[in-house]
Amino acid sequence: MLPQVVAVSLLLSLILYALMGGADFGGGMWDLLAVGPRAARQRELISKAIAPIWEANHVWLILAVVVLFTGFPAGFAAMMTALFIPVMLMVIGIVLRGSAFIFRNYDSRAGAGPHRWGTAFGMASFLTPFFQGVILGAMATGRIRVADSHVTTGYLAGWLTPFALACGAFALGLFAFLAATYLTLDAKEQPELQDDFRRRAIGSGLALGPVAGVVFLTARQGAPLLFQGLTNWWAPWLLGATSLCAVGAFGALWWRRFAVARVAAVGQVTLILAGWSLAQYPNLITPDVTVASAAAPDATLRLLVVALAAGAVILLPSLFFLFRLFKGGERR
Amino acid sequence: MSDFLFARSLMAMSLAFHIVFAALGIGMPLLMVLAEGAWLRTRQPVYLELSQRWANGTAILFAVGAVTGTVLSFELGLLWPGFMAQAGPIIGMPFSLEGFAFFTEAIFIGVYLYGRNRLSPLLHWLAGVVVAVSGIFSGIFVVTANAWMNAPAGFILLDGRFTAIDPIAAMLNPASLHEVLHMILASFVATGFAVAAVHAFFLRRNPTSLFHGRALGLALAMACISIPLQIASGDLSARAVGRLQPAKLAAMEAHYRTQAGAPLLLGGIPNDATRTTDYALRIPGGLSLLLNGRPDSTVIGLEEFPRSDWPNVRIVHGAFDLMVLSGFAMLTVAGWSGWIWWRRRRLADHPSLLRAVVIAGPLGFVAIEAGWVVTEVGRQPWIIYNVMRTADAVTPMPGIAVPFVAFTVLYVVLAFVVVTLLRRQFLETDASNTPSSPA
Ligand code: HDD
Ligand code: HEM
Ligand code: HEM
Repeated sequence: MLPQVVAVSLLLSLILYALMGGADFGGGMWDLLAVGPRAARQRELISKAIAPIWEANHVWLILAVVVLFTGFPAGFAAMMTALFIPVMLMVIGIVLRGSAFIFRNYDSRAGAGPHRWGTAFGMASFLTPFFQGVILGAMATGRIRVADSHVTTGYLAGWLTPFALACGAFALGLFAFLAATYLTLDAKEQPELQDDFRRRAIGSGLALGPVAGVVFLTARQGAPLLFQGLTNWWAPWLLGATSLCAVGAFGALWWRRFAVARVAAVGQVTLILAGWSLAQYPNLITPDVTVASAAAPDATLRLLVVALAAGAVILLPSLFFLFRLFKGGERR
Repeated sequence: MSDFLFARSLMAMSLAFHIVFAALGIGMPLLMVLAEGAWLRTRQPVYLELSQRWANGTAILFAVGAVTGTVLSFELGLLWPGFMAQAGPIIGMPFSLEGFAFFTEAIFIGVYLYGRNRLSPLLHWLAGVVVAVSGIFSGIFVVTANAWMNAPAGFILLDGRFTAIDPIAAMLNPASLHEVLHMILASFVATGFAVAAVHAFFLRRNPTSLFHGRALGLALAMACISIPLQIASGDLSARAVGRLQPAKLAAMEAHYRTQAGAPLLLGGIPNDATRTTDYALRIPGGLSLLLNGRPDSTVIGLEEFPRSDWPNVRIVHGAFDLMVLSGFAMLTVAGWSGWIWWRRRRLADHPSLLRAVVIAGPLGFVAIEAGWVVTEVGRQPWIIYNVMRTADAVTPMPGIAVPFVAFTVLYVVLAFVVVTLLRRQFLETDASNTPSSPA
């Protein structure tokens, strides 16, 4: 029971990371893709929306890593060994993006050639989410084998498959969609910008469909156990709910109900990740490392659960306060 | 170089880089809060401006701390999977608690930096206090994890397996107290001297600047109060290391042979082959006196340990001397500043003192880097002291040279970014200069 509780909190922090940190990465993508007469204003809106919250959003990833290595140390060790290369590339993306962001945002001599850093910022925003998708995909392929807590399949297994790469592309699309949807709300007071991001949200949402199709098709071959998981009794319900959210998001964007669109997009991303993990369960790294087999001793897990609960009591009100302060409109 | 050496070098480089921002992340929020508190009390605008300028600098440093810290969280697993697989359940606890401390810190630094216009002055100041406190807690938690590697506790080793795990006992291991105390004080010392140096530099050009004068006062006060405490806590550390890790202590002191009335060696070149230290300054009985309080007591030397369990004596001894030297140099500057302050109640117009403060600026960070080299290299060849060897923990992945080079380049870029931005911030500070007072 305890390993499952910890696994659920791991999933929760991943979902929250996708919803918050993921959207920040999406913002970076739109920064790189900003075009047209309002490109500069788009960039400004993006950086204003991200600046106060990106560090807090980023910590969800750190929390997920920490929970992973405390709660499932054997899984962490195997994952970091077999997926050394994509994880390293993801970390490099984080450093690049961070440096570029810092330079652009905190440069007191604004306008003195920030564009080069802007490009680095945008490109790194693609690198990290792509490899995050690839890593999650690779863990489901079943090609990474672990015997006696040693990885036996080398450093290239799993993550170079079409399925894992498609997962990377899907993560990119998802975060871009999420960011554009959020940005429509941040642009409340600037109707043209709101229109720009509305169009981007609808466009990226539509593009997401075929990519999801590719993920699904390649899963049959590329991640057979995951695919099997998707034939369980709950799968049609989940798929239905996800589609409902997707359709709802489109409708709301279409009719300019941006607050509704945000809720629907959040629901969509949450359900996708929840569905993915249900299909993956009980495996962490299919098929050899499971939630139960990789779990830390009970003494650790019990304390971890207590710490997570106590932390949540401090954290959630603080986060709520942060978002209220910066997403609730200007006050003086 | 072998992959193993590259892995160690990559870890060491990442930590050496991170620790600079970590120490500033502990020290800067305190300064910022002190300045804003002074403003709340006195309503002198110069303090408000000071807290704003310092907050701008903190924002940059904090962001770099977050980025480099994230690298570390992954590197623990990427480079040392053998260590994390075993130690994860034991030291994961402090890292998880640290995660929450970061979270609080990141949330409230956002509130502090961007919420100045959205909060009442008191609430805004309180947000700063939360940042400062959670920064200290981050440091405490992560250092207990490191202390555990030096003095492992909270488990029973059965056939190479860790059983009966007790994460709380692991956090409260016998090395935690002295390491935590020493590290937190180090952050105040290093931040205080570095910030004081920057403002002393500007004061030398412009001795009447009220802004730089007040800044120097606050930063130097923090530094001068912490440095004597830091040296006392270093003494505590040395005694604890003598008890817990006698081989490390022997390497620190380049003390090869067990003897009664052991001398204290300053400087010199340790020679493992002859087991002597050439060209060192000797203080007869000094080491025995410092460790046990009696000049004729016996101190264990490296010869008691198998050769394969020795750390690199030259590096550890050299780094230890560098730390101690920096510490006493800073103590001297602090004493001098205190003397001048006591006599004249003014520091800003004393050119030779200002020059000394500028020169002492980097010493706190020199001591921090050297101190970590003592701790980490002195623990070798063990990753968990007397339990697991570093060589057994390293990843089997070949070609670690590639990420090593990649991160070297990245850190050079990042250092360039930080230096450029901070320089601009400070030059602008000087240009926009605040009312100069004739005082
Ligand atoms: C401003 C920084 C600073 C200054 C002035 C000093 N140290 Fe230090 N020292 C550190 C910063 C530091 C550190 C970087 O923070 C370390 C690394 C690990 C730790 O706990 O603190 C450290 C470690 C460290 C250790 C190893 C602890 C261990 O491995 O468990 C010893 C024995 C000392 N120090 C002793 C001293 C003495 C006798 C000093 C007297 C001058 C001194 N330090 C000044
Ligand atoms: C909680 C804090 C820390 C942890 C968990 C930790 C962990 C490690 C690990 C796993 C290694 C690699 C194995 C080894 O060679 O010993 C290492 C090495 C090293 N670390 Fe730490 N470390 C911590 C703090 C620091 C800090 C802050 C520094 C700052 C400079 C540092 C400096 C080094 C150095 C220099 C090495 C290389 C040792 C060698 O080359 O022999 N460590 N540390
Ligand atoms: C293996 C060792 C370490 C790991 C894995 C690690 C991890 C991290 C991470 C992930 C962050 C970013 C948090 C954020 O996003 O806000 C961070 C920041 C920080 N770390 Fe480390 N850290 C290590 C060593 C240390 C040490 C030895 C100290 C000792 C003082 C320290 C003190 C801090 C502080 C105070 C911050 C927040 C302030 C700032 O970002 O400037 N860390 N660390």
